[in-house]
Amino acid sequence: SSHEHKLNFKKSKEACLSYIQDAMLQKQWKRAAEFLTSYVESLEKDYSREPIGPSEMIWRIGTEILCHHSDSSMKEFNCFMEQMKTLGVKRYLKVCLEHIYHLLCNGQIDEAYQNLSLAESWRFGEQTAIQDKEMKLIQAYRGLLDYYSWSKQKNILLEHGKCLDGFADLSVEQEMHSCFRKAAVNLKEIIKIPGVWDVFVKCYVDLLEFYGDHNEACQVLNEYAYNSKFPANPNAHVYLYHFLKRQGESKKSLVSALKILHDLVPSHELMIDFNTMLQKSKKRKKRRLGLEVIFAALDYAGWKENVKAWSCLARQVKQIVISEKHLDWIKQEWNSRKDWWPAFHFSRYLAKRNWQENKSLSYEKALVAGIFLGKDCKYFKYVSHQGCKAQVKRFRILKKFVNRHNPVYLRISG
Amino acid sequence: RDFNERCGQCSEVNWGLTDGGRYYCRSCHNVTERTREVVNTDFMTNSRVQRISKGSRKQEKNGIGCEWYVCEGFQLVLKKQAEALQALGVCPQMKDEVLYNFWRCYLQKSKQAYCNRPAGETVKALSVCESSTDVDSEPERPSLLHLLSLSESEGDLQTDCSFASSMSKVSESTSIYSGSVDGSLYLMKNQKEKLRMTMPMTLSFCYMALLWLREPITLSELLRFVVEGHIPYLNVFQHFPEKMKLCGLDLKIFCVESWPVYEEVYNKMLELAAFLDLPRFPDITDSCFLHPDMLCIKYLMEANLPDELHNWTCRVVKKIGIGEVDFLTLVPGNKSTRKVKYDILAAAVIVVVLKLLFLLDDHYEWLLSDFAEEKNKSNKEGGLYFEFKKWYEVVKHSLDVEQKKLDEERAKYLWRCEKPLFYSVKNKSKVLKRRQMVVNLQNQFGKLSGSVRRAEKPNPSSFQLSWSEENTDGSCFHGHSLKGILQEKCGLLTAMNPDYWLCTVKLCNEKLCGHLAHYREVDFPQSYHFVLRLFSFLLRIQPSYIHDEVCMIEHKLFDKKLYKKLKYNTVLRK
Repeated sequence: SSHEHKLNFKKSKEACLSYIQDAMLQKQWKRAAEFLTSYVESLEKDYSREPIGPSEMIWRIGTEILCHHSDSSMKEFNCFMEQMKTLGVKRYLKVCLEHIYHLLCNGQIDEAYQNLSLAESWRFGEQTAIQDKEMKLIQAYRGLLDYYSWSKQKNILLEHGKCLDGFADLSVEQEMHSCFRKAAVNLKEIIKIPGVWDVFVKCYVDLLEFYGDHNEACQVLNEYAYNSKFPANPNAHVYLYHFLKRQGESKKSLVSALKILHDLVPSHELMIDFNTMLQKSKKRKKRRLGLEVIFAALDYAGWKENVKAWSCLARQVKQIVISEKHLDWIKQEWNSRKDWWPAFHFSRYLAKRNWQENKSLSYEKALVAGIFLGKDCKYFKYVSHQGCKAQVKRFRILKKFVNRHNPVYLRISG
Repeated sequence: RDFNERCGQCSEVNWGLTDGGRYYCRSCHNVTERTREVVNTDFMTNSRVQRISKGSRKQEKNGIGCEWYVCEGFQLVLKKQAEALQALGVCPQMKDEVLYNFWRCYLQKSKQAYCNRPAGETVKALSVCESSTDVDSEPERPSLLHLLSLSESEGDLQTDCSFASSMSKVSESTSIYSGSVDGSLYLMKNQKEKLRMTMPMTLSFCYMALLWLREPITLSELLRFVVEGHIPYLNVFQHFPEKMKLCGLDLKIFCVESWPVYEEVYNKMLELAAFLDLPRFPDITDSCFLHPDMLCIKYLMEANLPDELHNWTCRVVKKIGIGEVDFLTLVPGNKSTRKVKYDILAAAVIVVVLKLLFLLDDHYEWLLSDFAEEKNKSNKEGGLYFEFKKWYEVVKHSLDVEQKKLDEERAKYLWRCEKPLFYSVKNKSKVLKRRQMVVNLQNQFGKLSGSVRRAEKPNPSSFQLSWSEENTDGSCFHGHSLKGILQEKCGLLTAMNPDYWLCTVKLCNEKLCGHLAHYREVDFPQSYHFVLRLFSFLLRIQPSYIHDEVCMIEHKLFDKKLYKKLKYNTVLRK
């Protein structure tokens, strides 16, 4: 008989779950808790055929409620998490990890460390092998906390470096080294696995540099940046660049590090450094690249008011114009931008605003505008007029410069 | 006499009975704890229980609990339910006489007791649950089966013993096993002819007894009381005595995971009545609560409709003959007559009356309402005319609120009880651990719930919606007049509405497709759907069931016209 409307346990719990979800979406935590109290009964029923069982639901929902509910406390949260750990052995380490994240977010570093150690020692037949990834993460985070301890002790030592307290320093130093060893082992392991491990990499490299193992550090960073198995990560190249810079490496290696960054994130803040480096280069190709880099950066709205970027561009453009060499470079770059840069950067409105807010910005931009759009363009006209009116010297010079090189505009716009 | 064990002291087999009913050894006067079984007809009230002769019990060394049969379990359930009904005001006769007799009759007919066990039937009951060793020293629970299986000639313990010993040994495989002796048998055997007892059937028994006594409780009310917890049903096994261990297959029999459905309980009741060869039930006359005229009063009140409508419901009832004793009274086994569902019938009558007076085509009723509103404005003194619109607003608001509450209740419902159940001894510890965790979590999140959980069930009430005439906000329509929608014709008051639309032109064959008609909300006017929804809520059934009854009534009401039409059609086709 067709009794689909028959109210049974399963339907009742499904309805209950949808009430919980509604309440959570509306941030009604008390109401969500009320319905969850009834939903937990599902634990006593077998749901092994469902993709997500009630135990996982309860874990996730309960975590949300306890995070947001005004009457909840860390104590309650910890108690809940301990229960969740016993609910499903297949999820044990995952639950541990999430618990640890929460502890860290709440500043309970010691508790987090305890939990990490405890989790690390967990063994459960074949589950241990299956949950290998989570285990590595746990070890990595413990390594991270070890690094954190190491760092604290290092600072203590550096401070004490002034006074001559030998004994206390010795024990601190020994502890520091032990932390280093613990941290290094774990951090090294996790960064072997393809992934995004910015925090771990930074810490590990810091350790290596402190103890003078620059080779290892270099290798680690190169791996992290260039190993194709790892997901493309701009930060990897940033770290590598900074490292190379610290090590005083050659410009060539610096440039190659930043080149990939430019490809990945043309709007990265390091593009200014990159352009500066490239501009100074003797090689033509590099200077060409520099121009490309700075133009690409200024394509992004976030750079519109960046004086430094504009000054880089202005400098390079000026240099090219004066030398009258490689005008084709400017033409090439401008070609794809001539349709939209005028409205994007050089509108009359922007001219006014830039002049009001930042005279230097307007100066740099005006130069670029004057070269690319001619002395009669809105931007240049307004700014140079204002500048001359205000009798600011450099604007008068600018005006003369642009007027003199107006033919350039005619050439590149053609 | 029939006790064959050797005396513990003198090893003789020479027993007599003391006044207290105990066996004593005539040789050495050693009095045992064993008593002779006495047929106690008063066992429905579970009075002083007699000991079972040990010889007929399987003796195992370890284990707690005792042997019990499935029907004993059901008997306990029925007892509890009857007690609850008595607490609600049902006469004690129901429990002590009617229900008990029905049950006894059932046991007899289904050959579970009160008869000689057929010779050919060897019961291969596999039971791992061992009986108690210290069964000697404690007062016991009834072993009904042994009591009941005594034939008319008393003391046929011999048969009893031999029967018991013919039960097979404990089986190795724990996959089919139960706490009760015959749990597996109960489920395995094809018991269709014998109408195997189920939990929903306990309610069928109750309803049957209530109907026999013509008590003022409808089936929908009974089921509502069950859901509200006033009548034991869900988790009723927690009232089983300690010794009656419930495990394994018993769970399938006694643990319910869903609320009983009206249709199911009702149909089973009919089957049961036929199975028990019951005669015609006591007459349902027009002074009975279950008579449509009476039930209509109740439902009209609850639906906040004017009392004047009652005249109309009576007229309809009279016209189509559904108030006749012979129509209303249940005659079991008679397959030709359509069986009456009193509550649904009364609700359907009201729906038909509303259709007669207001048409309910999403248009005319609002016109009438505006018309009545005008009259009310100009007619300041005197009674108010009934305005459909106002009624709709008031009732809809309340209905929505109550429905929302009901839906939330259903979602929040707690199904499990304190007494844990496990399928086998193996998963006992797991079950207990889970239960403990559930309790812990409930405590933790219960505290965060804010509102105090209602510890007590609300008092059972017959009326779910109540409207008071004392309310000055005009939300009670009982006293309103229908004059606004009626007109006088030849000295009779008739409806202003000249039209009527049939829910369906042709009725389906109920036996083939289960319904007289098929209701889809989108096919019908919203006002009609609203009215169905209202009664659907009050009776806790699907709107389609009311719709079926409405169709049935309409066809009775307009059968002449329909007949003419059909006849005309067939003539044309020729």
